[in-house]
Amino acid sequence: MWSFMKYNSVFDIIGPVMVGPSSSHTAGAARIGLAARNLFGEEPKWAKIHLYESFAKTYRGHGTDFALAGGLLGFATDDPRMSKALDIAKQRGINIEYIEDSASSDHPNTARLIIGNDEESLELVGISIGGGKVEITELNGFALRLSGNHPAILIMHSDRFGAIASVTRILAKYEINIGHMEVNRKDVGKEALMVIEVDQNVEDFILEELKNAEHIISIAKIVS
Amino acid sequence: MFRTVAELVELADNEQLSISEIMIRQEMDVKEKTREEVLDEMESNLQVMEKAIEDGLKGVQSTTGLTGGDAVLIQKYMKEKTPLSGPVMMDAVSKAMGTNEVNAAMGIICATPTAGSAGCVPGALFAVKDQLNATREQMIRFLFTAGAFGMVVANNAFISGAAGGCQAEVGSAGAMASAAIVEMAGGTPQQSAEAFAITLKNMLGLVCDPVAGLVEVPCVKRNALGSSQAIVSADMALAGVVSRIPCDEVIGAMYRIGRQMPSSLRETGEGGLADTPTGRLLKEKIFGMSI
Repeated sequence: MWSFMKYNSVFDIIGPVMVGPSSSHTAGAARIGLAARNLFGEEPKWAKIHLYESFAKTYRGHGTDFALAGGLLGFATDDPRMSKALDIAKQRGINIEYIEDSASSDHPNTARLIIGNDEESLELVGISIGGGKVEITELNGFALRLSGNHPAILIMHSDRFGAIASVTRILAKYEINIGHMEVNRKDVGKEALMVIEVDQNVEDFILEELKNAEHIISIAKIVS
Repeated sequence: MFRTVAELVELADNEQLSISEIMIRQEMDVKEKTREEVLDEMESNLQVMEKAIEDGLKGVQSTTGLTGGDAVLIQKYMKEKTPLSGPVMMDAVSKAMGTNEVNAAMGIICATPTAGSAGCVPGALFAVKDQLNATREQMIRFLFTAGAFGMVVANNAFISGAAGGCQAEVGSAGAMASAAIVEMAGGTPQQSAEAFAITLKNMLGLVCDPVAGLVEVPCVKRNALGSSQAIVSADMALAGVVSRIPCDEVIGAMYRIGRQMPSSLRETGEGGLADTPTGRLLKEKIFGMSI
C-alpha cells in the first residue's frame, strides 16, 4: 500500500537537512547525481548532463550544477563540501559538461545524465519532484519508475527464459521479500532490465551470487 | 494510514490521539523504527533549525548580496520599539527571514517542506514556543503535526514551486505551521485543519517568480509573511472560526490552480517579479559577475 504514496515518511516533508538554496534544484539534484554514481558503481571520469525546463533556466542560481556534481562525487545533501563540488570534481579530474536542453519534458525539473569512464557509460534520467525527493524514470533507455522509498536491485540481463527464475530463486533462498517487480526489454531476445523493490537491504554476498546467476549481465543496488 | 486531511482528523478523533501522535505511530510503522529512533531523528532536525535561526539572527549575506541582514534589522527594531503587530509576530518574521537568509547564503537548513519555504515552520515554532511555555517534546511534536499535513499536500497536490508555484511552497509551509500552532496551543485536530485551510486559501494563486531564478527575492520576505499568517490563522481557528471550504477541497483547488499556471510563473525566473525592470537589471548584474 505504501509504495503507491509518493511521500510516505514525515522526514520527506520535515527534511532533508541540506545545504541551501533549493530542495528541488540542490538537494534533489544531488540525489540524482548520487543515484547515477551508485548505479555506475564507481566515480565516473566524465559526465554530460542535459537540463530541462526549470532546471535549465535556473541551474546556476540554484546551484543545480554543483549539486549534481556533488552527487557524482558521492556527497550527501548536507555535505559542507557541496558548494565547492565543481572545483573538487575538477581536482579529481572529472570532466563535467552541462547542456541547457530546450526539448520539453514531462516534469519541469528533469536531468539526463550520461556518465562514464574509458570503458563504459551509463545514461539515466531523474526528476526532482519536490522537497528533495527524486524519482529515476529512465536507465540506459529503459523506462522505469523508482520511488526510492524502498531498497531496490536493478539487474541487466539477457532476455532468455529462466533469467527471472534464477534471480527470484536466490532471493527466496535468503528469505528476501519482493515488494514490487518490473521487467522491461527493448526487443525480444536482447538486453532486458529487471527492477526489484525489496523490503529489506540486500547484502553484498547475495548481490555477488545474483551477479553470477545465469543470463545476468550486471547488477546495481539502490539503498532507500 | 491517512491520505486526506479528513482521514487524518478522523483517525485522531476516533483514537483520541493528537495529530502528532498519529504521525509518530505511522512513521514507526512504515519505517519499522522504534519511537525513540523516530523522535531522535526529529530532534536532530529541530537542532538544525535552531542553529540556522541562530546564524540568521547574527547576520548572514548571500554571495549575490541580494539578501541577508534583515533578520538582524527586525530584532534590533523589536528591542528599541514595540512592534505594531506585536512581539510574537515580529519574532516569527525575523526567525523565518533568518532561516531563509541562511538558505540563500548556502548554509545548512532543514527543508520544511522545501528549502525555499524553510523559514515558515521554524519561524512560527520558535516565536510561539515561549508564549505557550512549550516543552522540548511539544516542539518536536509541532514538527510531526506540520509534517502530517505537508504529507497530505505532497501526495495529493505538490510542494514544489516548479510544479505548482509558490502557493505549493510558502502556501503549504505557512498552512502546515498554522495547523501545528493550533495543536501546541491546545486546539483540536479539526481546528488544526481549519487553520490549515484558512492559511492556504489566502495563498492560492501565489506564483513562483524568483528574480534571476535565485531563491532570494521575493522568497525570504514571503517566508516572513507566511509565518506571520500562520499565527493569525491559528488564532482565528482557536477562536472557533471555520473554513467554509473544507481543507481537502482547498488542497484540490491549489492543485488545479497550479496545473493552470504557465511555466513562466513556476520557478523559471521568467515572469512576475523576475520580469520587472529592476528584476531584469538585477539578473544582468548578477550573472555579469561570476557566481
